[in-house]
Amino acid sequence: MNGKSILTVDHLSMRFGGIVAVSDLSFDAERGKITALIGPNGAGKTTVFNCITGFYKPTLGAMRMTHLDGRAIQLERLNDFRISKLAKVARTFQNIRLFPGMTALENLMVAQHNALMLASGLTFLGLIGAPSWRTAEKRAIDLARLWLDRIGLIDRADDAAGNLPYGDQRRLEIARAMCTEPALLCLDEPAAGLNARESAALSELLLSIRTDHGTSILLIEHDMSVVMEISDHVVVMDYGVKIAEGTPQDIRDDPKVIAAYLGADEEEAIAVMESGT
Amino acid sequence: MTAPAAEPKLASRAPDVAFIFKKALISALVALVLFSLMIGIRTEAGPAGQLIYLTRFGELAAVVAAVFGGSIVVELLRQWWGPVGTIRIVPPSVQRTLAVARRAIAPVLLIFTFLVPVIFYDQRYILDLGILVLTYVMLGWGLNVVVGLAGLLDLGYVAFYAVGAYSYALLATNFGLSFWVCLPMAGILAAFWGVLLGFPVLRLRGDYLAIVTLAFGEIIRLVIINWQSLTGGPNGVSSIPRPSFFGIPLTPGDDGLAAKLGIEFSPTHRIVFLFYIILALALLTNWVTIRLRRLPIGRAWEALREDEVACRALGINTTTTKLTAFATGAMFGGFAGAFFATRQGFISPESFTFQESALVLAIVVLGGMGSQLGVALAALTMIGGFELFRGLDQYRMLVFGLAMVLLMIWRPRGLIGHRAPTVFLQHSQAISSDLVKEGHG
Repeated sequence: MNGKSILTVDHLSMRFGGIVAVSDLSFDAERGKITALIGPNGAGKTTVFNCITGFYKPTLGAMRMTHLDGRAIQLERLNDFRISKLAKVARTFQNIRLFPGMTALENLMVAQHNALMLASGLTFLGLIGAPSWRTAEKRAIDLARLWLDRIGLIDRADDAAGNLPYGDQRRLEIARAMCTEPALLCLDEPAAGLNARESAALSELLLSIRTDHGTSILLIEHDMSVVMEISDHVVVMDYGVKIAEGTPQDIRDDPKVIAAYLGADEEEAIAVMESGT
Repeated sequence: MTAPAAEPKLASRAPDVAFIFKKALISALVALVLFSLMIGIRTEAGPAGQLIYLTRFGELAAVVAAVFGGSIVVELLRQWWGPVGTIRIVPPSVQRTLAVARRAIAPVLLIFTFLVPVIFYDQRYILDLGILVLTYVMLGWGLNVVVGLAGLLDLGYVAFYAVGAYSYALLATNFGLSFWVCLPMAGILAAFWGVLLGFPVLRLRGDYLAIVTLAFGEIIRLVIINWQSLTGGPNGVSSIPRPSFFGIPLTPGDDGLAAKLGIEFSPTHRIVFLFYIILALALLTNWVTIRLRRLPIGRAWEALREDEVACRALGINTTTTKLTAFATGAMFGGFAGAFFATRQGFISPESFTFQESALVLAIVVLGGMGSQLGVALAALTMIGGFELFRGLDQYRMLVFGLAMVLLMIWRPRGLIGHRAPTVFLQHSQAISSDLVKEGHG
């Protein structure tokens, strides 16, 4: 609840019929930091993401997005596309959702839709080819070019996104989310399916997004090497509730977390840890 | 991209003879079973009224042989001339010639279209056919925005055509407004109805959307039939004024265009004039669509076709995006409708049946969803080709159906099956239809 946090999740609960996917979850994501949300399969991480990014309406609880200028937005009151447009929260998907029949460059241009829509005078200025529109379009292409360069896809800018290798598609989706110029970037398992070299490159990309752009990142991840390497803060969930929170180091040594991942009791986990050390 | 493509090219160079033979044999077997009773044996009433049967094994053998041969030909053609993006066995030199021909086809067609009234000046039939083809080209381009770009399956497009036609007909006959004043009004009214249709169907996808749009087309037609006091019901609206040339009517009188220009009056003048009006309207549709594709709204339409969820995650308002697609498509339909009314001079609900919607949709699908040139070629084939086969009498439909089947075998995604990018850094390369989604809502 301090001025440093960009996203405050407050007593969030999400119920699907009789199933409680998320129960009374509270955590903060700090501005300019990388916050990781981890937990075993089915812990409710993606549900939390879908609540934050407006794909689900939470049953209970509040999520507040605080911008640098002091503007506070209650995310649970916005829906659908407004989360991205007004609250400046961008997201990627667990199973990549690019526009496969459009080129990499076009994907990044679509991401700048709202800015370009204004620049094209709601299409009318663009239709007559007004100079202001032309410069705006050039700037948009430059931004796209910058991001293509950063993810190392500048040579494949004119290839269909669906034709790119898996790892490139993952990075392109992150670049596309960044082209909406978000304050908070939510990544749903960005390292899933990547090999060791690609994960290392991804970690580097995420760190540079945080440092160079000042964009805060919230990520769900299973790849612990990525989580431990780049996160500033880790929140651990199991069965829809938060079981631990802290720095990567704290989490690594937390018996509750180990128990959750091993599917064992806490005492057993402590025993395992003690016998190990 | 080039390295992996080279390998399968060599592998598939020799058509698999055994496979083709097997497939043909199976087809022939199916034909034998099917036709043995239908063609092989014929029953007739005998002289005493009893049932007798004749065998026609010769004809049966001929049909089965035709199926066998046809199957081999189709399979060979399919391997040679597969869908865009697959590897072909056509020699590279032929491919290069084809590529050049493909690039030249649009400008050549355009120039030819401009010259049609000059070349066929004294052939009224050709001119009328040209106007008809151009009307369908325009309708196809209009529907292409909705179906091809935004991926929203619209089976009731004829409704907007009807709204445009009746808007002009009623405004002109009741208030005496001129064609050029009514034309934009007809477009705006049709667009308004497009938005009106768009609202209730926003949440529907795929088959459900198709059914509701189909119903909408029928509702408009039924309202026109039953609202007798306004539309004249089944009797339609007659004596709709003809368009004037900047206020100068094309009539034989002293104030007519011919008299003012000092040339002899001919009814062909009006036909040529109408030809150029619809050509201009169609080209306007094409120009606007091409421009829109390169604007954020057009990219949002295509993105919507590709993945609606991703669009929402990027902050694109899918509601307004869908509505603008409906409205834009409907507006062009309205323009075409107004032109139709002024050309015919008489309209009735019979001109706006579901068959028209189906025909326009067939043009868009056949042309290749989203491709402007493809739609124009498809309209030419469907409307012009249909006239071409008129000499075949009762076999016309058969030949036409066969042509459609063959086309769908070679070009399952339409005549022009690939998508051209709207923006590029180094070079624009066509995107294979395998990657482009058809849309589902």
